[in-house]
Amino acid sequence: MFQRLPDAGGERVSFTIDGRPAEALSVDSVAAALIANGVGACRTTPVSGAPRGPYCMMGVCFDCLVTIDGTGNQQGCQIRVRPGMRVETQNGKREIDR
Amino acid sequence: MTDLKPRYDLAVIGAGPAGLAAATLAAKRGLSTVLLDEQAAPGGQIYRAITRSPVKNPSVLGTDYWHGADLVGPFRDSGADYLPGAAVWSVSRTLDIGLSRDGAARILPARHVILATGALERPFAVPGWTLPGVMGAGAAQILLKTSGLIASGNVVMAGSGPLLWLLAWQYLRAGARIDAILDTTPRENWRRAMPLLPAFARSGYVGKGLKLLLEVRRKVKVIGNVSALRAEGDGRVQTVVYRQGDGAEQRLPADTLLLHHGVIPNINLANAIGCAQSWDEAQRCWVPDVDGWGATSVEGVAIAGDGAGIGGALAAEHRGRLTALDALHRLGAIDRATRDRDAAPHREALDRALRGRDFLDALYRPGREFRVPADETIVCRCEEVTAGQVRDAVKLGVSGPNQTKSFLRCGMGPCQGRLCGPTVVEVIADARGVSPAEVGYYRLRPPVKPITLAELASLPKAEDEVAAVMHH
Ligand SMILES: Cc1cc2nc3c(=O)[nH]c(=O)nc-3n(C[C@H](O)[C@@H](O)[C@H](O)COP(=O)(O)OP(=O)(O)OC[C@H]3O[C@@H](n4cnc5c(N)ncnc54)[C@H](O)[C@@H]3O)c2cc1C
Ligand code: FES
Repeated sequence: MFQRLPDAGGERVSFTIDGRPAEALSVDSVAAALIANGVGACRTTPVSGAPRGPYCMMGVCFDCLVTIDGTGNQQGCQIRVRPGMRVETQNGKREIDR
Repeated sequence: MTDLKPRYDLAVIGAGPAGLAAATLAAKRGLSTVLLDEQAAPGGQIYRAITRSPVKNPSVLGTDYWHGADLVGPFRDSGADYLPGAAVWSVSRTLDIGLSRDGAARILPARHVILATGALERPFAVPGWTLPGVMGAGAAQILLKTSGLIASGNVVMAGSGPLLWLLAWQYLRAGARIDAILDTTPRENWRRAMPLLPAFARSGYVGKGLKLLLEVRRKVKVIGNVSALRAEGDGRVQTVVYRQGDGAEQRLPADTLLLHHGVIPNINLANAIGCAQSWDEAQRCWVPDVDGWGATSVEGVAIAGDGAGIGGALAAEHRGRLTALDALHRLGAIDRATRDRDAAPHREALDRALRGRDFLDALYRPGREFRVPADETIVCRCEEVTAGQVRDAVKLGVSGPNQTKSFLRCGMGPCQGRLCGPTVVEVIADARGVSPAEVGYYRLRPPVKPITLAELASLPKAEDEVAAVMHH
């Protein structure tokens, strides 16, 4: 659970999480935007199906992988949220596309 | 990316204090310079989002944070080109830099390269650290700096080291509530650190650090001598479990658990380039070998800042300027005498910035149980490999981390060992009863950042040049 500082202002962005409308600030990464909307888990692991959420926020752990506008395995903490973006939490098995 | 020059005298990778200072000095003195960073804005870790933070009240992040503006201003005026959002995945022996930006890859040649890729949080493997709601303290700080987000509900911090206390202080300034800080600093560290106290007492850290520590201790319940730490919960963290010394097990409700026990150099790019590295016993991590100018074992490649050993943000800045002067010299822009003369004030400033650092290293060295976790602990988050599995592999004759890769796939996942390497090395060394120096580290290969086939296909370069970057 995270909350925004009362004086943290900025441009607002509307996007969707698993089809539901959500709001974020334009400075947010996708991972931050999920956290700001109370979504702490963004994928399950391919190995055991365990839930994971962002751990490092700096691009090293790959636990923030989500599907963005239909493309899977995107690093949510490294991509800024954009208006109209469709963010989907991910289920397990899809292989990392590299 | 059209306004880039086809080739640069100097490419600096990483826009933290080291990279900003290096690029500024080099460009001001006439080198055609480009600064590349995967973040959307300059600042690196300490000054992350310095130009765009939504945190309006300057006393929340503190004056040390706002010093970052003093680096960004001169950089903007220096004439250096700046490419944000550029993830560097390779540097070849011919100094061709492979990078990805906005879903397209490109190769940028340079005559000299400075890696200023900084540090990352030392992996803190405890049972349950993979549960959603458990994060690095540094990650929480990134959410604060870039997005003005703070943890709410039941918040527990655990671990050791200056950054944990800094985050607690920033959180309190921001009005956050912290239920408890579980301090894992081993008692016996004080004995080892005491002889180093006099030098520390003369450093700039003392006054500031003590004030910060006292302010946090006045407002938050701090529980010392913590051991047997773990996170529990169904689908996300709900409870933090620990012991104080040999005491009975204690339980705290938690919606967020923030872990931290120090930072270590981010060595992946240097390692993949082939830069020699050594085990640093004092900081307990692998560190690339560099000389007093940041030069590595690879011709044309230097390292500045925390990526060449943890020295803190001010030291990073001065080391950046020293590597830039050496770049000017090596590229023929200044002679040796000029380099040495102009370096003198930066060297002096560097010595001052490093004073007392070994006290912090000794005091905040993570305890054995947290470096060498118990069997059930997941050490490799990507492939979900436990410390027990690594120990079993050692019993079967595995002697180093490159073999655990093929035995257990640990280190083969997308994080490329960043979150498991240090722990795997410690576990193997402990099981074999040798130093991590003898165990070695993962041998890494480019690309060190994920790159898609589509990105590779977008390369405008000839195939053999691409091949050269990928498999030097
Ligand atoms: C999460 C975190 C938070 C920290 N916060 C503080 C703090 O508040 N106060 C403090 O005193 N110290 C802090 N530190 C310690 C930090 O190491 C500082 O001492 C300082 O930021 C180091 O400066 P630097 O220039 O060496 O590297 P950094 O500031 O770490 O900058 C390195 C830069 O390189 C970029 N980079 C890395 N690899 C690549 C690549 N392959 N391609 C493109 N770009 C790349 C990164 O995005 C980053 O911007 C923090 C460390 C971490 C890990
Ligand atoms: S949160 Fe670790 S890579 Fe995104």
